[in-house]
Amino acid sequence: MLEAIGADSIEALFDEIPEALKDTRLECVPRASNEMEISRLMQERAAQDGRWSSFIGAGAYEHHIPAAVWQLVTRGEFYSAYTPYQAEASQGTLQLLYEYQSMIAGLTGLDAANASLYDGASALGEAILMAVRLHKSSRRILIPRNLHPHYAAAARTMVSSQDIELVEVPYCAQRGTVDAATLEVIADGAAAALVIPQPNAFGVLEDVHALTDWAHRRGMLAIAAVNPVSLAMLAAPGRWGAQGADIALGEGQPLGVPLSAGGPYFGFMTCKAAHIRQMPGRIAGGTVDAAGARGFTLTLQAREQHIRRSKATSNICTNQGLAVAAATIHMALLGPSGLRRVAQACHAGLQRLIDRLRPLGVRPRFTAPCFHEAALELGVPAGPVLEAMRAERILGGLDLADWSAELGGALLVCVTETKTDADLDNYARVLSAALARARGKG
Amino acid sequence: MKVAQDRRYASTHEWARLEADGSVAVGITDHAQELLGDLVFVELPELGKSFAQGQECGVVESVKAASDIYAPVAGLVTAVNTELADSPERINQDAYAAWIFKLAPSDPGELATLMDAAAYEGAVNADQD
Repeated sequence: MLEAIGADSIEALFDEIPEALKDTRLECVPRASNEMEISRLMQERAAQDGRWSSFIGAGAYEHHIPAAVWQLVTRGEFYSAYTPYQAEASQGTLQLLYEYQSMIAGLTGLDAANASLYDGASALGEAILMAVRLHKSSRRILIPRNLHPHYAAAARTMVSSQDIELVEVPYCAQRGTVDAATLEVIADGAAAALVIPQPNAFGVLEDVHALTDWAHRRGMLAIAAVNPVSLAMLAAPGRWGAQGADIALGEGQPLGVPLSAGGPYFGFMTCKAAHIRQMPGRIAGGTVDAAGARGFTLTLQAREQHIRRSKATSNICTNQGLAVAAATIHMALLGPSGLRRVAQACHAGLQRLIDRLRPLGVRPRFTAPCFHEAALELGVPAGPVLEAMRAERILGGLDLADWSAELGGALLVCVTETKTDADLDNYARVLSAALARARGKG
Repeated sequence: MKVAQDRRYASTHEWARLEADGSVAVGITDHAQELLGDLVFVELPELGKSFAQGQECGVVESVKAASDIYAPVAGLVTAVNTELADSPERINQDAYAAWIFKLAPSDPGELATLMDAAAYEGAVNADQD
């Protein structure tokens, strides 16, 4: 190919790119392998994953996925899930998206959902852009410091070049939550929206009703960043406060998508009907065909860039079709009561683990209640403790010092329905030994 | 194509009519609604907001396209036709009766910079040739 275009080498082809911009890591990419070699390499890599007992959540959560989910998702009709333009050829996919939207709108208690976004963190970036478009007069957004740092970083990347200011709101060091009194002090002046994570990055439950009402009293929108499984137990964003949150978003992975080394996942987003024309992304709608039979089609496309170009709500022109297919089937199999049982099992599991760890002198860092994840105070640096637990095939949690120096000695631990009492006993035993060693050294 | 004689026209297919109270009513032309097809949504400008001549101030959205509405003259928005929120099809039914918003013009003389009915009709016909 180089010969055909008249370049001596690949370097000569890229010659126009200034040296400073070149990323030389590309040179480390190995030469092509055949299918047999790649299969063998992948099997070796997969074996390295091992069989860990994982207690790490921090934004991606291990849940049991019924075998039927991916059996169905990998059917040919779903497996090529590119967004369907042609309603006449894509009724099955469009109906699936419509069912997904109905389920996720129901779960969040809001009127309308889009067909999904890339992931939870970029969904927050989109929600912020949407709030600024809706508010019209302010470009400030209040972001609590107990929001997942990856969400804050992704949102900052997306909006910082658009003259939008993200104002950090501190949280109460005892409770782990944002309280209205703190907001009063720091939030002088107008803002377009307040971001409300539920549960927040420490797994702690916020007083979402008070925060939503606080935002609305000041003419701000309330943006809910939620864990979808928790909504089976907790108040839906559409019912927060007197008027409900305006926009809800989150990471859809806990609904039937495996952890798989960090992706692909999907982001979900829902909003009040009044805001639907500012919502980014695809929307599948129900309609009737020329013969009066029920059918489905992409709708409200004038919001999208292939029609409105410079006025589009977003450059998002796609959705995570396959992951959404999994989530839809997962939710359909579990049903509302099944999802509630999963949520209750997660919450109860965390409580049982906390009870088992109390005799070891390990206590929750924050006093406010948690859903299925909690910051636990070890009293010693978490790094060596986690290392000792890894030797026993347990991923004991996330060292919160990774997020912030002020949280050193705290471990973010998650329990889902995948952990049995025996798993919890084992965790307590291994942690006890690791702590004894760490404290002995201290 | 219908062209009403009692008003002026912008090249971007808005009409502007001086009302008895001195305000200027604004809508889109019959030709514009024909090109757009069935309208499904009208984004009205905000009451009290000021626009320069030619500035984008609203959107008409049809089943096949979305199109900006430009202020035919400079002015402050004094009224918006909220009936269009629920029934945008009124514009398809009678584009010259369905005003979208009214402006208090900052310079009523600007109306003279717009085309009269005959000039607009000529411009549209020239465009189609």
